[in-house]
Amino acid sequence: METIWTQVGSIDDIPVLGSRVVRTPDGDIALFRTAADEVFALEDACPHKQGPLSQGIVHGRRVTCPLHNWVIELATGEAVAPDEGRTGHVPVRVEGRNVAIALGEAKLSRGGCRKACGHV
Amino acid sequence: MDMHLSSNNGPAVEANEAELRNAGPARERLVVVGNGMAGMKTVEELLAKAPGRFDITVFGAEPHPNYNRIMLSPVLAGEKTFDQIVLNSREWYDANGITLLTGEPVEGIDREGKTVVSQSGRVVPYDKLLIATGSMPFIIPVPGSTLPGVIGFRDLADVDAMLAAAEKGGRAVVIGGGLLGLEAANGLRVKGMDVTVVHLMPTLMERQLDPSAGMLLQRELERRGIEVLTGADTAEIVGEDRVGAVRLKDGRELPADIVVMAVGIRPNMALGKAAGLDCGRGIRVDDQMRTSDPSIYAVGECVEHRGVTWGLVAPLFEMAKVLAHDLAGGEGAAYTGSVTSTKLKVTGVDVFSAGDFSGGEGTEDIVFRDAARGVYKRLVLKDGKLLGAVLYGDTKDGAWYFSLLKDGADISAERDTMIFGQGFGSADAGDPNAAIAALPDSAEICGCNGVCKGTIVKAITEKGLTSLDEVKAHTKASASCGGCSGTVERLLAVTLGDGFTAAPKVKPMCKCTHHTHDAVRAAIVDRGLKTMADVFQAMEWTTPDGCASCRPALNYYLLCAWPGEYRDDYQSRYINERAHANIQKDGTYSVVPRMWGGLTSAAELRAIADVVDKFAIPTVKVTGGQRIDLFGVKKEDLPAVWADLNAAGMVSGHAYAKGLRTVKTCVGSEWCRFGTQDSTGLGVKLERMTWGTWTPHKVKLAVSGCPRNCAEATIKDLGVVCIDSGYELHVGGNGGLHVRACDLLVRVATEEEVLEYTGAFMQLYREEARYLERTAPWVERVGLDHIKAALVDDPERRRALNARFLFSQTFSQDDPWAERAAKGVDRHEFNLLAEVG
Ligand code: SRM
Ligand SMILES: Cc1cc2nc3c(=O)[nH]c(=O)nc-3n(C[C@H](O)[C@H](O)[C@H](O)COP(=O)(O)OP(=O)(O)OC[C@H]3O[C@@H](n4cnc5c(N)ncnc54)[C@H](O)[C@@H]3O)c2cc1C
Ligand code: SF4
Ligand code: FES
Repeated sequence: METIWTQVGSIDDIPVLGSRVVRTPDGDIALFRTAADEVFALEDACPHKQGPLSQGIVHGRRVTCPLHNWVIELATGEAVAPDEGRTGHVPVRVEGRNVAIALGEAKLSRGGCRKACGHV
Repeated sequence: MDMHLSSNNGPAVEANEAELRNAGPARERLVVVGNGMAGMKTVEELLAKAPGRFDITVFGAEPHPNYNRIMLSPVLAGEKTFDQIVLNSREWYDANGITLLTGEPVEGIDREGKTVVSQSGRVVPYDKLLIATGSMPFIIPVPGSTLPGVIGFRDLADVDAMLAAAEKGGRAVVIGGGLLGLEAANGLRVKGMDVTVVHLMPTLMERQLDPSAGMLLQRELERRGIEVLTGADTAEIVGEDRVGAVRLKDGRELPADIVVMAVGIRPNMALGKAAGLDCGRGIRVDDQMRTSDPSIYAVGECVEHRGVTWGLVAPLFEMAKVLAHDLAGGEGAAYTGSVTSTKLKVTGVDVFSAGDFSGGEGTEDIVFRDAARGVYKRLVLKDGKLLGAVLYGDTKDGAWYFSLLKDGADISAERDTMIFGQGFGSADAGDPNAAIAALPDSAEICGCNGVCKGTIVKAITEKGLTSLDEVKAHTKASASCGGCSGTVERLLAVTLGDGFTAAPKVKPMCKCTHHTHDAVRAAIVDRGLKTMADVFQAMEWTTPDGCASCRPALNYYLLCAWPGEYRDDYQSRYINERAHANIQKDGTYSVVPRMWGGLTSAAELRAIADVVDKFAIPTVKVTGGQRIDLFGVKKEDLPAVWADLNAAGMVSGHAYAKGLRTVKTCVGSEWCRFGTQDSTGLGVKLERMTWGTWTPHKVKLAVSGCPRNCAEATIKDLGVVCIDSGYELHVGGNGGLHVRACDLLVRVATEEEVLEYTGAFMQLYREEARYLERTAPWVERVGLDHIKAALVDDPERRRALNARFLFSQTFSQDDPWAERAAKGVDRHEFNLLAEVG
């Protein structure tokens, strides 16, 4: 099936080393922008106790959760060792300044998959 | 190339022709369109492989023989002359029997008739055609972009135009802070123009350099007198019949006598497209540089190969080699793509970059900074291989890194030392300590997190932990207050024996640096470091942009050192300070308006009640700090809640801040039968003076009206206890994790003195304490005598400290809520980016 990209805004709307939230029926998605101008999208819920990752401090390609300081990899949603866990991540495409996400390809930890196949 | 031929060109050509006639079949005719670097490299390679195989005609649009385009930058800067950069002189063409037609662009290709036609109408037949037309500067299509005085940077004519403008002096605006733009800017500056670089992105050369190196480069260019505006978007080029200024989207207007556009290049594929060749972003070619027409080849910047276009010579030369091999009748050569590296050609600025340095899944960074030498190096590794490299200031190992990178070499063995360059050795030492061995496994080591000895020892042995940080990470022991870190280190030493290397006595700020808080702070002040990037460089940070631990600290130190000058970096603030409210466990926020000295009024309470109803705020609580906390406010609602509270005259209570929290008061002489002074009034004055300040940790004040001390003033950071003869000032108290009663600092007679001492104490704490160190541990660390010496024994110093405090307050007493509620500051912080689905 062809990937469906949903436009969510311009990269300039996301502060450098910051984050913005996109609300979806499956929950909030946090979009992060690194110093190198890359954009990543994670489910806005920390694998620890669902802290809103969008409110954390972004450094390198990681974000530190605002609630109890777990560090999460932006590219994968994986918690940095020794903490263990993973939050859902969503494919992102930046074309020019436009940012789009592929919700259908997302691997969400809650709400499951939006495709019929039901992968999580 | 065959130099011996040029010594005697007439006979050589004749010999060639004679050879040809004797050889029987006519030589194939090769026509080359484009007398530039890739086209002529192909011809050179071809001559070396199969001399005399083709009858070659070269068309060049420019009126010159082939020259080294790369060297236009040194020509502009006056470091080279045109003659010095000519690659193939007219004699060379003659000597090799090549017909060179300069100043004669080709206008069309007749693929059926296999001819090309030039602008002057000349028709030349070909058996094989090579298109090597390079690319053209991209001119942003803003209004005014076609005005005279707007110049690209591509050929000698552009350089001549720039040199002519520079002769008259005046101002140049260079749009584009990439390689070309910066080389143009430098050249124009060297030639005496006032130069401003306008760059869209936050840092220069962002495609070749990471932000750290980009900042260093910007500093260096600024030092050379080039103005650099980043994050600047061009809206219009202003002028009547020639350029006069550049207007940016934010409204700024930059006067300009010339505008150099260096924002990128576009493959020059018009000829191929018109002839019906398959084109994408460039003329499409296969691995042998063949276009969709088997008789036509293309090479250089005008091609798209495997979806990629190129803008550096190295890949073009690789293409040229493959193509020459093919044209010479060889087989099996294929161009499959390139790994490139870049250097900036600005004399005295050494910049090198190669590969992919954006980091990514499973990559690790090795960062080295040597501030004294102005050196920054960053290597990006993945799976034991080098993925990317950025070097600033010292590029001598660039070639070595580049070869490791290109070869995909396994660098596991060199990993630890390779950042220092080729061939470096290392050593370390150990210092074990055994005093904790006698404790039972059940002994609790970390009180905060309830971790006992057995758990820690088990983690050390089973998980092979060797450092305090690892133990902290795996067991959470010493992860909170850090009070037990010494014990944990001893435990490590005992458990590991010789395998343990004790951490240095003074702890570095965080894992990003080996410097302590105090050293970094001193450097900020003494060396005049004014941005975070300056600190990263000067203090040799080992990460590109710090971490969640050092960035808030640095932001504070810079703010404290350079009031009014340093621009607060909100992305380096913990969320509470960024959103000006306290985050709760469910992601909502709490809102605490200021109630000066604990006083409130019917109007304030009514406004609070209305806000609670209007926004359906679930919990309202009276705090331990004598004010009201509204819990469970949605982030999107914050600005509207604040607007309503502002309307009733209330401002932020900074219940979220490393700053002044509350000034607790008792009722005092106004009503209380024991009150000696107006404690409530003094509390309000103190709060009015100190609110809004940023401090290393939170600060709480209190004023009690008599020694019965109902405001609990003697466990505050600074507490005032009123007495008949005046006021007692107590400092360094804490009612939190470790209760500490204050020390008596001084007794004074007047309110004015109380205020002056308070300002001075606050400033001393601001300037000397480490980030996240409250006054209680700070006073214990430096000793009360130190504080007394500064404040009591030295009135001049006290007054100076107070003056510095009041000066910094002039920049911090804007209600952050009002800025956000009414003035729309940081609107993005409270809005969704989008709602979808
Ligand atoms: C609301 C309040 C409790 C209450 O319901 O009364 C409170 C609530 C919190 N306190 Fe407190 N403290 C409150 C008064 C106190 C007091 C009493 C006082 O100020 O007189 C103390 C002891 C006095 C002191 O600080 O010395 C106190 C000692 C702490 C500590 C321990 C500080 C220490 O140095 O040991 C923390 C943790 C920290 O700051 O790292 C803390 C941290 C917190 C935090 C910020 C926890 C957090 O990080 O989320 C709580 C957030 C509340 C919120 O979302 O609004 N709170 N906290 C009080 C708000 C006062 C205000 O109006 O601003
Ligand atoms: C100022 C400057 C600095 C640079 N610095 C570096 C550097 O440091 N390192 C690096 O690797 N690269 C650098 N480059 C890029 C490098 O110069 C190019 O990648 C290289 O020159 C491209 O070669 P090419 O043959 O594809 O195009 P060109 O060298 O541009 O040659 C194409 C030629 O074709 C001619 N032409 C176009 N259309 C026609 C037509 N219809 N008929 C006849 N002739 C035509 C053009 O006039 C031009 O002379 C720099 C470029 C510039 C401008
Ligand atoms: S004592 Fe303070 S930090 Fe602890 S739960 Fe109560 S409010 Fe939160
Ligand atoms: S919820 Fe993120 S660290 Fe606890």
